[in-house]
Amino acid sequence: MLGPVLETLIGGLMTGVLYALVALGFVLIFKASGVFNFAQGAMVLFAALSFARLSEFMPLVLAFALSVLIMIALAYAIEFLVLRRLVNQEGIILFMATLGIAYFLEGFGQSIWGSDIYKIGLGLPTNPIFILESVFPGGLLIDPVELIAASICAVMVLVLAVFFQVTRIGRALRAVADDHQAAQSVGIPLNRIWIIVWAASGLVALVAGMMWGAKLGVQFSLSLIALKALPVLILGGLTSIPGAIVGGLIIGAGEKLAEVLLAPILIRTFDLAGGGIENWFAYVLALIFLLVRPQGLFGERIIERV
Amino acid sequence: MRAPSGPDVVAGEVLLAVENVSLAFGGVKAVSGVSFDIRKGEIRAIIGPNGAGKTSLLNIINGFYHPQRGRITFKGKARSAMRPYEAALGGIARTFQNVALFKGMTAIDNIMAGRTLKMRRGFFWQLIRIGPALAEEVEQRRRVEEIIDFLKIQHVRKIQVGKLPYGLQKRVELGRALAMEPDLLLLDEPMAGMNLEEKEDMCRFILDVNAHYGTTIALIEHDMGVVMDLSDRVLVLDHGIKIADGKPAEVQADRAVIDAYLGLTH
Repeated sequence: MLGPVLETLIGGLMTGVLYALVALGFVLIFKASGVFNFAQGAMVLFAALSFARLSEFMPLVLAFALSVLIMIALAYAIEFLVLRRLVNQEGIILFMATLGIAYFLEGFGQSIWGSDIYKIGLGLPTNPIFILESVFPGGLLIDPVELIAASICAVMVLVLAVFFQVTRIGRALRAVADDHQAAQSVGIPLNRIWIIVWAASGLVALVAGMMWGAKLGVQFSLSLIALKALPVLILGGLTSIPGAIVGGLIIGAGEKLAEVLLAPILIRTFDLAGGGIENWFAYVLALIFLLVRPQGLFGERIIERV
Repeated sequence: MRAPSGPDVVAGEVLLAVENVSLAFGGVKAVSGVSFDIRKGEIRAIIGPNGAGKTSLLNIINGFYHPQRGRITFKGKARSAMRPYEAALGGIARTFQNVALFKGMTAIDNIMAGRTLKMRRGFFWQLIRIGPALAEEVEQRRRVEEIIDFLKIQHVRKIQVGKLPYGLQKRVELGRALAMEPDLLLLDEPMAGMNLEEKEDMCRFILDVNAHYGTTIALIEHDMGVVMDLSDRVLVLDHGIKIADGKPAEVQADRAVIDAYLGLTH
């Protein structure tokens, strides 16, 4: 029994890493502008589409470099065409703007790159690896794509954490998120900061898109994984980079384990048809968190003096 | 009471000149054809009834609003519009009418944010935090502690400012502006909502900043007693138009000012 459970746990954690990667994009933008960026999922789709189609014509490295440039250009465009005009507006206005950006990007991406399902061939080894064969009969199965995705994610997280938390940029980001006008008044260049974080979360979206694309193929439904990132954010806290990681791991592992361990019990006890726990487990967990600890595991305490 | 001020300051060098500036939002004229100047080292008050365009004028000076007409000359350089970042870079600091602090951050971090433009070392140096970068961080911190001592807010240094009472928040906000070591300090109702004792403290801070650091100050204030005590010159606005400009005593006796305050609004 322990072997399969461990295997499920590892598989879940790996999926969780991918959730975390998407959640990370949200956190970056939220930290820097207090905006909940609904377009993060669309950015994942757009980036993955760009990379998948470009890699049909050119080497992977070149396609990646070009996709990076595209995501940076996108950050510039969003800052110049949308954010700059909405300085000092209510958070809900900015949120609505990102809603618009989301639907535009989804449609625009498919207009340019097409709306079929595209494959991303990263040339990663696809044969499963077996580990600990001496401990468990048959060993534990690990998908190498997920393993690589997890490693890449770990590196990205490290780089981002250092970039945003060790330097004074972290202080500037928090300042911008707290109050646009005040941040500007002390000489924090709002526009530059926004371009930096949108470009950074564009890169995160690209990596997430490549990994998910390699796993599932690049298709419209990629933009929906953003919805899986929501419970991750609620668990981890909207402003915490480590929170996004830990939240992703908990959700990833939790839903897989629930499917394996909880489902049989529920089926037996309540005589249910069973299955489908994986689809709602994350959201129920998030709801419970909202009730018990609304700021998430690592989020900042919400303070308001009335 | 104030040694460095008086007639010689009023006759001093012009730091900021606003010429014939107009600003409208849609059909609403916030500021119409206003001209005035701020001289180096003076405390300049801007007064007027609610909706007179005082805050709009401050927003124009520090680049939040771009006037449709007119010209602004700051430190001898003329411009029609500048961005807030450039204003900060040029040495203009400000506080806000409704306290615009970074609420989730501590008092120290808020004031450190005011040092943003004073940080010289690049990203790489800050990352490794040795040698010059460490020295800089220590130096910046020392300056911030000086300001904290000056404003007597040592006891709240490490508290998130969102939790502080209003009067202290105003003081931290002043500290953040001072951390920028500005040439021109804009204060938007620095004493609004304060009790008498807090007001007296704030008055003293403003006078000290002006006297010790030679900072030029432009302030909007409703408390006439405060305005008359503090300022070298007073600009009076009503409905976006300048109706008087001069020394406190002159302005106080001005017929148009009395009308604006007593005749029309009350």
